[in-house]
Amino acid sequence: MNTQTHRELLTFLLGDEEYAIDILRVQEIRAWEPATPIAQAPDFIKGVINLRGAIVPVIDLRIRFGLGHVEYTSFTVTVILNVGDRTVGIVVDAVSDVVSVSEERLLPPPAFSGAIDVRHIVALAALDERMLIVVDIENLMLSADMALTDELETEQ
Amino acid sequence: MSYDMTQFHQVFFAEAAEHLENMETLLLALDRARPDAEQLNAIFRAAHSIKGAAGTFGFIDMADLTHALESVLDRVRHGELVCDAELIEVSLAARDALGDLLAAHRAGTTIDLAGATAVAKRLSGLMNHTDDGVAFEFMFDAEPARWEETLTALLVELADFGTPSVEVSATEAQPFWRIRMEGCQDPQGITDVIAFVASEVRQLGEEANAAQENNDAADDSFGFFVDFPPPQPEQRTEQKTQQQPDRRSGQKLEPKPGKAVQAANGETTIRVDIDKVDLLVNEVGELLITHSMLLQAATVLDPILHERLHAGLAQLERNSRDLQAAVLAMRMVPIANVFHRFPRVVHDLSNKLGKQVELKLIGEQTELDRGLVERLVDPLTHLVRNSLDHGIETPDDRLAAGKRATGTLTLKAWQHSGMIIIEVGDDGAGLDRERILAKARERGMNVSDTAADAEVWGLIFEAGFSTAEHVTDVSGRGVGMDVVRRNINALHGRIDIESTAGAGTRVSVRLPLTLAIVDGMSVAVGSETYIVPLGHVRESLQAVPSMLHEVGGTRTVLQVRDEYIPVIALAALFGIRDAERDFTRGIMVLLEADGRCVALFVDALLGQHQVVIKSLEANYRKVPGLAAATVMGDGRVAFILDAVALTARADVSMAA
Repeated sequence: MNTQTHRELLTFLLGDEEYAIDILRVQEIRAWEPATPIAQAPDFIKGVINLRGAIVPVIDLRIRFGLGHVEYTSFTVTVILNVGDRTVGIVVDAVSDVVSVSEERLLPPPAFSGAIDVRHIVALAALDERMLIVVDIENLMLSADMALTDELETEQ
Repeated sequence: MSYDMTQFHQVFFAEAAEHLENMETLLLALDRARPDAEQLNAIFRAAHSIKGAAGTFGFIDMADLTHALESVLDRVRHGELVCDAELIEVSLAARDALGDLLAAHRAGTTIDLAGATAVAKRLSGLMNHTDDGVAFEFMFDAEPARWEETLTALLVELADFGTPSVEVSATEAQPFWRIRMEGCQDPQGITDVIAFVASEVRQLGEEANAAQENNDAADDSFGFFVDFPPPQPEQRTEQKTQQQPDRRSGQKLEPKPGKAVQAANGETTIRVDIDKVDLLVNEVGELLITHSMLLQAATVLDPILHERLHAGLAQLERNSRDLQAAVLAMRMVPIANVFHRFPRVVHDLSNKLGKQVELKLIGEQTELDRGLVERLVDPLTHLVRNSLDHGIETPDDRLAAGKRATGTLTLKAWQHSGMIIIEVGDDGAGLDRERILAKARERGMNVSDTAADAEVWGLIFEAGFSTAEHVTDVSGRGVGMDVVRRNINALHGRIDIESTAGAGTRVSVRLPLTLAIVDGMSVAVGSETYIVPLGHVRESLQAVPSMLHEVGGTRTVLQVRDEYIPVIALAALFGIRDAERDFTRGIMVLLEADGRCVALFVDALLGQHQVVIKSLEANYRKVPGLAAATVMGDGRVAFILDAVALTARADVSMAA
């Protein structure tokens, strides 16, 4: 039998790059719906939505990482994540797949950054013809870049 | 037994806290000149219950201290100690030390025994010592089969007086028992105790026969003692605990590990984690939003063809509203929870200040949100201390002014149109208008001699303002009233003062009944909707050009009657582009908080709602100018404005 450990990843597109995150961090995937904008928030924070009574901030990763033109189409989705003890949503171009990748196919990350800072990239994975960039989404969302937590107020 | 005792600790903590509270109330209510036997018994029983439970659950430090207290109380109960002011003070100090121990155990922090030891010393100081040994001979009333039990109980009781030893064991032929007491202080007391225990034992026997099943605790513990080990105070824990002071014949047995906690007979309440109630409040809020969504979806349907659907929706709305009211009522507790601590505060302070004060509590059963209780304690304590320190005069001054030597402090609460009003009133000297004005000038404030009283009283809410001639450790450091007002404002409440020289001062605090929902006015700014807390809205009006004045070329003030109010355009503040810019075409909402007023410029007023308050910080962070968020009928999120922050903002920018 196959004794290799596999990791379940959710993959999505940001511009032309394909990213993958740990499926256990994903609470649900929703169609894009307009959020209520927050005053004086950075432009990549689209606002907050009502997720069954909880007020959840939504971040457009495409704006955050300056990926070309940003359009809200019928393919645009909001991925609701559980990071730390918080719930946040990220807007991505499209969710492509849930894949299972064996540990041995995860390659160490490159020394250079793609759209996402190399600090948050855990690995690269080759999958058929595609290359997935595996991101530590929890680390990324709670980092200062995202301006999601209170401690960062002074940095603005 | 392998039961995890910790699961019972919460029950113990809650019950011990109740007993302590009870004890304090009773101690304060005690008439020193003619102490009422029933009251003394009730205090004794409260101490006894704590001791029993503390011993059972292994909180030996608490059991020891309560034991010392109980011994003193027991002697008072039997008329061997005079119930004087010192005794009450020491008992109150013991109650406080117990409260500290309880809090430390509850929080799992390190136990500081210094306080408890000091109090225990004072308690033992109250027991006068006459050291000699005496012997007693007596005969049991009970049948021989119960002698062992009776004797054990007696030895435990006698341990309070010294070291008892049994010299002669009785047989059927020789029914006399002899007990010798080493280090005995009071032979008469021992005689009484023997009589007391004997009669109690007889009583216990009857009850045990009547309710044998209930009697497990007492029987079990005595079962260990058949060979008469030296009595240990902690071990006679299990009888008589659980007694409510006013119900001596109530349930007597402490819940034991391994048994579910039995509610006392007639108990009609349950303890529920507040988080569970909050979850329920939240879910009901969701239900109401879902209902509005359904209602909106149904508006396109023909009312005749779909009559049953519309009727059903109307019914659903009524049901959900009722459900919401019922759930919110679960969070409501009587304000007695706040008031109950003031008899103690007044007792301590009036002693310290050498004043005679009578405290009147009115409307203790008025209900308010549980979340408000904790947050009201500090402001109200401050107001009460102020009244005692500055308001009520010393007995001599009062007599000189032709008043009763004893001042009256009144705490009163009642509900009025969806608000709770709490009034702290005294019949003291009233506020000193001249001194406040002088103090204000000293601090460089611009005030006129002819200012209205209300305006002058308002000055004492300014930061650093204190007119006390002497700074005491009670009040007068000027870090008070401004904090009080800020705290009350943070609860969407307001505070007002009325005062008449020589006749007294009344401070009234108005608060919404609950923190879970707020009465709000929804306003439109461009395509956005915001909620303004209605409690802070003074009035709304449409400005005409003659009311608007520019200050320094950038700021605009709105003239309302003879007042100039800074204008804040919400659209500019929140960066909303599609909003109205012309001040004469939108609406000015006059927002009042913290004694300041601003005019919020918005496009239009949309309506008035009760909205459920949702935290923004749970998943995001604090946003300046916003207090919280809520979900509107269409499922969209709208923000609730932070009236305190907005008015403060106007102040800062005006000063700059």
